[in-house]
Amino acid sequence: MGRKLLLEHANVPGIESFEVYRKNGGYRSVEKALKTMSPQNVVEEVQASGLRGRGGAGFPTGMKWSFLAKPEGVPRYLLCNADESEPGTFKDRYLMEKIPHLLIEGMIVSSYALGCNQSYIYIRGEYMWVLEIVEKAIAEAYANGFLGKNILGSGYDLDLAICPGGGAYICGEETALIESLEGKRGNPRIKPPFPAVKGLWGCPTVVNNVESIAAVVPIVNDGGAEYAKIGIGKSTGTKLISACGNLVKPGVYEIELGLSVEEFIYSDEWCGGIANGKKIKACVPGGSSVPILPANLITKTAEGTDRLMTYESLAEGGFATGSMLGSGGFIVFDEDQCIVRNTWNFARFYAHESCGQCSPCREGTGWMEKVLRRLEYGQGHMHDIDLLAEINKKIEGNTICPLGDAAAWPVAAAIRHFREEFEWHVTHPDEAVKRNFGIASNHMPLV
Amino acid sequence: MHKMSISVTHNSTDQAEPQFSAERMVEVQRIINMFPEGKQKSALMRILHMAEEDFGGWLSVPTMNYVARLLDIQPIEVYEVATFYTMFNIEKPGKVVLEVCRTGPCMLVGSDQIIEHIEQKLDIKVGQTSADGMFTLKTAECLGACGYGPMLQCGKHYHEHLTPAKVDELLDTLRKEHSDK
Amino acid sequence: MVKVIIDDIEVEVEPGTTILNAARQIGGDVVPPAMCYYSKLQGSGGKCRTCLVEVAAGSAADPRPMPKLVASCSTPVMDGMVVKNKTSERVYDNRAAVTEFLLINHPLDCPICDQAGECHLQDLGFEHGKEGTRYEEKRRTFDPIDIGDKIKLHMNRCILCYRCVYTANQLTDQRVHGVMHRGDHAEISTYIEKAIDNDFSGNVIDVCPVGALTDKTFRFKSRVWFLKPMEASCECTKCAGKAVVWMFGDEIYRVTGRKDKYGEIEDIDGKTAWICNECRFDKKDKTKWTIEGPRVINRHSVISQNQYLVDERLETKKLTGK
Repeated sequence: MGRKLLLEHANVPGIESFEVYRKNGGYRSVEKALKTMSPQNVVEEVQASGLRGRGGAGFPTGMKWSFLAKPEGVPRYLLCNADESEPGTFKDRYLMEKIPHLLIEGMIVSSYALGCNQSYIYIRGEYMWVLEIVEKAIAEAYANGFLGKNILGSGYDLDLAICPGGGAYICGEETALIESLEGKRGNPRIKPPFPAVKGLWGCPTVVNNVESIAAVVPIVNDGGAEYAKIGIGKSTGTKLISACGNLVKPGVYEIELGLSVEEFIYSDEWCGGIANGKKIKACVPGGSSVPILPANLITKTAEGTDRLMTYESLAEGGFATGSMLGSGGFIVFDEDQCIVRNTWNFARFYAHESCGQCSPCREGTGWMEKVLRRLEYGQGHMHDIDLLAEINKKIEGNTICPLGDAAAWPVAAAIRHFREEFEWHVTHPDEAVKRNFGIASNHMPLV
Repeated sequence: MHKMSISVTHNSTDQAEPQFSAERMVEVQRIINMFPEGKQKSALMRILHMAEEDFGGWLSVPTMNYVARLLDIQPIEVYEVATFYTMFNIEKPGKVVLEVCRTGPCMLVGSDQIIEHIEQKLDIKVGQTSADGMFTLKTAECLGACGYGPMLQCGKHYHEHLTPAKVDELLDTLRKEHSDK
Repeated sequence: MVKVIIDDIEVEVEPGTTILNAARQIGGDVVPPAMCYYSKLQGSGGKCRTCLVEVAAGSAADPRPMPKLVASCSTPVMDGMVVKNKTSERVYDNRAAVTEFLLINHPLDCPICDQAGECHLQDLGFEHGKEGTRYEEKRRTFDPIDIGDKIKLHMNRCILCYRCVYTANQLTDQRVHGVMHRGDHAEISTYIEKAIDNDFSGNVIDVCPVGALTDKTFRFKSRVWFLKPMEASCECTKCAGKAVVWMFGDEIYRVTGRKDKYGEIEDIDGKTAWICNECRFDKKDKTKWTIEGPRVINRHSVISQNQYLVDERLETKKLTGK
């Protein structure tokens, strides 16, 4: 059984209330930080912890914090990215729903470390009921003196508010999130300048994922060095993994980084194996944008070593034979699943979510979606497969924000590992149509 | 496939603007106060959600113009935002909007069958409203319930682990709840 | 001043200058094409990706190459930066791809498009486009609409450069058009039927790099290359009254701002000489203008074919002022 730093008390009845949360050791980190530590001390602990951004990119949080510009007389902002929308990812929702005060506690300590007096949580609009849970918790924190003026008599003031999005995956990109929070369309900004210099309303801004901010709580409580003891190498601490797809027990799990993929999928303590007694066909280990792994590369690397749940091990072999830990959205496919259909599904997602600002993404994602749809519905040609590979190479790296890459990678990886399945769709068009779970008449006919 | 986009040209500007109740105006003010002075535009998204809730489940042009006036911004700024974000209905939907998640993880566990089941049950296609004006069926991209799929969102609520039988039950309940409204 | 090398040519520029503007200081074919960037419009650029260049060395202090191609219009130069534009195959390859992306949903209706002959997408396609298309899908289509009685919007041709949106924001007091929807369904629209009604709204036509926004008073009147562009000025209370009148014989067919070789309205006396709607749409009578002389047009442009047949009487007038 691994250690639980975030979800330890998640199942305590009433933990969503301030009272129960406080009884279970909640808000200790605020007391510790505000009374005994300088903001710089907190930053140093986070740096020592080796915590890496839990939203997907895995950038060291402490380093991100150190980039924040601190000009005199200009407010700074901490924004919490709760716009969780990467397919396969539902961990932040679980955390906020179950134990909202953990996020608020993390926001207070992190805002203190960064010298922010006003912070915001940006939550996806679909999670409106989660917004209400968190907003209630914020009100409790105000009522108990953990938010507002002169928190715990320390002289530190902090206001915290939560704002909803309106249904746009792109707002998980930090500059699109900022635009959206300013009440605009979620068009990512052109960088430089980076948010650390010019973010919300032109002021220096840090944007962190829900889980990253929550992780600051145990880091401050136990010290960064203690946190860094968990995990392997540069993958320290615990990580929330949201497991889904054809598993016996899908759900949100807090694992110690370094757990073997095999154990995670098959052990009864975790996902309990593949549902309905079937075999595994493929796995997307870090949210829909990361490369798909075929069965032989999931539990072992190409070298034959055990694949572990760490940033490094999942990426071993690069894009040729590896993938990424990403956001921890762990999607498992059983032997009956159609890779072409799934690739089309993901391509459709990215085409639907492209903001439409820059041409390679706007036009390229739509193009890939249409070609994949034709392939899936038995109207593809052999040259379409190379065309897809060519299109995604020209989107990748040429866009304003990473959505272009996110749209390109899954298609590239699917063709790399499952080319014969794409070819089969071309050579067996009638069967390809029938294989769609017997619902070829489904809602997406060819136009 | 997306709906083929056509230039949405509304000529309904002559309708009267709606108005929030006094009670709701307190909430509007609370939301505006979350932001520094002069940054009231940041309240737009949340107020649009409120407007949709209060004014018939969609954002008509008069509704959007009203919100623009509340926040002292140009109407075009509201139209741009309302059309960008998929949660906002810019055309009048049925009394109940069902949004079924169709993205990968849900598809793996059968969202296609759920969509087809609802289509047959209500005799409509995705994007259409049932003849009695009760249900509008939509599909949505990943709603963050991947481990609990197939699922659909109805208003603020998520309905997870769906089966055709559970969908039937849900439709009956919703029909009863909304038939007198 | 910082030194930067673009395509093996060294240039000294002010710190903070973008790569594109540094290249423009060199001039010639070192300059990357720009479909969305417009130096007179604050915030423009970064979107079309046609100006992507390779940075072979980031700066003197950190000479590592940048892994991705960068948008030259929005990337500032660093001292010692080495940039490759026309000397990079990778740039050409990707620019061809961007051109293809911009064209897949484009109607290619140049034969009936008023912009033909002065269209930046046409130029881009000519230089970087491939023969034939690999696009087998249905194209996205919109119906053309009127934005007021003087401006026509052909959304099918639009490349979503956002220039007209910035123009309305920065030149007029109230913007009534914008970008609706998103992804490949994004469109320029007023949303509700509404005329863009402002003294300077006509400038959206001048900034449009393609034939998406055209002048209804000139629509289908003539191909631009049959006209003679003449520099002209008039007394105007709203704008500087410095324009280009496009003539056929003695008749003025249309009036535009004075555009430089990058298609941007020129500065006159330190101010961008945007013209007002009255000058653009209503002054088609030659007597209202003082014709100053022929407008210099790039000799490679199709428009220049009439350019060198200068009317001698006009030349005399210019010299004598009569």
